[in-house]
Amino acid sequence: MENLQLIIPELFISIMIMFLLIFGVFKKNSSQLVYNLTTVSLVAALALIINLDTQIQSSLFNNSYNIDSLARFMKILLILSGIFVMLSSSKYIQISKIRKIEYPILILCSILGMMVMISSNDLIVFYMGLELQSLALYVLASFNRDNLLSTESGLKYFVLSALSSGLLLYGCSLIYGFSETTNFNQIMVNTKEIEYGLTFGIVFILVGLAFKISAVPFHMWAPDVYQGSPTSVTVLFALLPKIAALTVFIRFLYIPFYELGDQWQMIIIFLSIASMVFGAVAAIGQKNLKRLIAYSSISHMGYALAGLSTGTTQGVQSSITYITIYLVMNLAFFSCLFMLKRNDEYYENIDDLSGLSKNHPLLSLSLLVVLFSLAGIPPLAGFFAKFYIFVAVINEKMYFLAIVGLLATVIAAFYYLRIIKIIYFDPEKEKFESKHNLGLKFTLLASTFFILAYFIYPSGIVDIISQININ
Amino acid sequence: MNFPILSSLILLPTIGALFIFFVRSSNSQYQSSKYVALFITLANFFLSLYLWIVFDKSIVNFQFVEEREWISGFVNYKVGVDGISILFILLTTFITPICVITVNATIKNRLKDFLIAILILETFMIGVFCSLDLVVFYLFFEAGLIPMFLIIGIWGGERRVYSAFKFFLYTLLGSVLMLVAIISIYWITGTTDVIKLYELGIDAKYQNLLWLAFFSSFAVKTPMWPVHTWLPDAHVEAPTAGSVLLAAILLKMAGYGFIRFSLGLFPDASLYFVPLVYTLSLIAIIYTSLVALMQEDMKKLIAYSSVAHMGFVTLGIFTMTQQGIEGSIFQMISHGLVSAALFLCVGVVYDRLHTRLINRYGGLVSIMPKYAIVFMVFTLGALGLPGTSGFIGEFLVLMGAFKKNILVATIASLGVILGAAYMLWLYKRIIFGKLINEDVKKMVDLKRFEIVTLWLLVLPIIFFGFYPEPLINSIEVSVANMIDMNDLDKINKLALGD
Repeated sequence: MENLQLIIPELFISIMIMFLLIFGVFKKNSSQLVYNLTTVSLVAALALIINLDTQIQSSLFNNSYNIDSLARFMKILLILSGIFVMLSSSKYIQISKIRKIEYPILILCSILGMMVMISSNDLIVFYMGLELQSLALYVLASFNRDNLLSTESGLKYFVLSALSSGLLLYGCSLIYGFSETTNFNQIMVNTKEIEYGLTFGIVFILVGLAFKISAVPFHMWAPDVYQGSPTSVTVLFALLPKIAALTVFIRFLYIPFYELGDQWQMIIIFLSIASMVFGAVAAIGQKNLKRLIAYSSISHMGYALAGLSTGTTQGVQSSITYITIYLVMNLAFFSCLFMLKRNDEYYENIDDLSGLSKNHPLLSLSLLVVLFSLAGIPPLAGFFAKFYIFVAVINEKMYFLAIVGLLATVIAAFYYLRIIKIIYFDPEKEKFESKHNLGLKFTLLASTFFILAYFIYPSGIVDIISQININ
Repeated sequence: MNFPILSSLILLPTIGALFIFFVRSSNSQYQSSKYVALFITLANFFLSLYLWIVFDKSIVNFQFVEEREWISGFVNYKVGVDGISILFILLTTFITPICVITVNATIKNRLKDFLIAILILETFMIGVFCSLDLVVFYLFFEAGLIPMFLIIGIWGGERRVYSAFKFFLYTLLGSVLMLVAIISIYWITGTTDVIKLYELGIDAKYQNLLWLAFFSSFAVKTPMWPVHTWLPDAHVEAPTAGSVLLAAILLKMAGYGFIRFSLGLFPDASLYFVPLVYTLSLIAIIYTSLVALMQEDMKKLIAYSSVAHMGFVTLGIFTMTQQGIEGSIFQMISHGLVSAALFLCVGVVYDRLHTRLINRYGGLVSIMPKYAIVFMVFTLGALGLPGTSGFIGEFLVLMGAFKKNILVATIASLGVILGAAYMLWLYKRIIFGKLINEDVKKMVDLKRFEIVTLWLLVLPIIFFGFYPEPLINSIEVSVANMIDMNDLDKINKLALGD
């Protein structure tokens, strides 16, 4: 029991969930208060994680729950993104009339689930965390229940996600059957030779995980869910589950099945190439910004997977760097979306941006920076993200993957340029509101500054990430 | 000599841009932001002039080298100049203030944003010419796309969107393979530092592929036939200042890249691909000259002539002789001045009549005599008349070519004649002939700021035409060293079977 202090952040969030549920029910009209309390408790959880001893490499509960440098970094990333999402979307949920007490509590639940996923070192613990976050996200997707698109997206996400969870569970059971254990480290010990059942198990689990990060060909839900959900939930979808799922990808591939690299490497390469190319091509015809960013995130996940496919520590570190920079870019993009507001109505079509630069020079400048960064043009942060990935990929002599990936960036550049064209070259439309709350402004300013100034000191994040050891 | 003069050159325009950005905008302050931009670019010019004066032309090594850790354990920020790059920096800092002066007449809206874009672009252009690390070079090389894309797209003509996209995507597509090559070089040799790479050399078995990857990027940027089609579009639609920067400096990045990286890092592969480059250069010289003859749009004609002139440049570089490479560099500097001047000349009449169609003009000599004089000088400079800087470049290139391959040199010489044909014909149709058009009669002669900018360009063109020593002096040692270091002469002799 003396190790219990290591999971204080998780315990704290669980207690806050229960407390806020009771508090919200008994206190009338407390939705804003609960929202703020949630944000505060996230900040407190962040402080608790940072406060933990960095040197600790320990596992709890019969070696099924890992507290190590990877978990620590990913949890900080997760909760930071959570805080920024809460800060930037508070006005949005008020105006779209979804500010109920359940909303922030569900976000807390999903974050708790993701924290469990990040630390899991056991198939059952991992599955528990996965379901906790998924169930919360199903509800969040359909939170705007009077809106047809929102309910549809929630249902769609639920049905497809349940299917993928089923496949994943089946994979878990196969692996259990062939290795007689569910613990990641034990699986590694018990599976020295390749058996077909084991390979099938790996494939099924990879399918389930690929679904969670919406890698092609398991991406079908993403555009609809991104578009249908309230924008404040779309940000969540774009940021948080990717962190958790990527961590599980890393743990799953690099701990139990590291020796079986040639079994899964081709699958990851395929997922990566398919996502990069499909995401880039399919986004070209989109008219809705949220739908477009769904395809864009599919494509970005392809690059993150490319780093994983190398099978080297350097590759994993490049993937983590990639996801970090990806989070910042998406956060900035969605902050801009939250600012497209006129008479209590939010606009999310690309055409609505027409001539934005004339009326809102600063907002359009941020969008310009974000979009060029998403396209991977130097000297912005997005270029470095891709650069690290390609350094790792080319080190393994995977030239085909590198060249396909780079060609996909050129295709992707086209649709990012199209948005920039609409913002800067097209005739102007009616003005949007220019008053925004402080949290939103701060989020946009901080993330844009990060993207712009990353090149001045690129070593900072890389140095932190290079201290993460996987095995 | 601890003052980081090169970093100051790179950073100064960006600081100016930030300054303009943070000054509150109102119509009355447009003028002040213009003066800020002019001041900054002029300061940069004098700084680079100072650099040229203190630069020791007799030393082979890179000078003013600055090195700082950047991406830890991988890439260092490293800049430095030799005799070749210093000329391009000088060209950049010389052309940019001229562009800033011209904005008054050509840019009607969002002047502030335009100045910021030009200043940021200057930062990237100087960065390209002095970076001594492949990754840093790539960074600056690619980053230049962003401001240029905006310059064409926001302030361009009717088909600006199409042209801006074509420019951006062509160049980006060309460059991505170069990134693969740069990373591969890192894994092969363990460094991306150009000076170390010069010492280490790259194994001959890798060179051909790497050379092709770099070539794909530089060929698009040069531009060489058949990937030159973005250039006429970009030139025609860009505003005057954009065309000037594009023709005078952005195209030179590729020529500089050929010398610094293709020849410097991959000498064996360069030799192997000489026939390819010769063929493409000759096609560029002859074919685009013929195309230029048929153009009805002034800017398009000059754009095609740029392709032809850059054909001489690539031809000269890959003769791998002292004269050829020196000629190419000279030709690039001269073309930078002449083409900038020609685009400014087109801008002058375009501002008055708002058309670039050649047949709408005619007989300008009687109403715009001052214009006719400067335009004459630039026409002669473009066709390479002895006494202008254009002559020296072409002459040296052809001399180098005659040393290596008489057939190639002969065909290239034909290009000189064609060049004279289209330039003189253009001059005849615009300046001479009868004044028919009523609008043309109302045109006024050069204004004061136009006289200043154009004569500023006339002076170096004629000066270097009569006295090329300062430029040749500056590059001589570096070029000789480049040839020595890579045994280009020896390789040449082996290839000829001596």
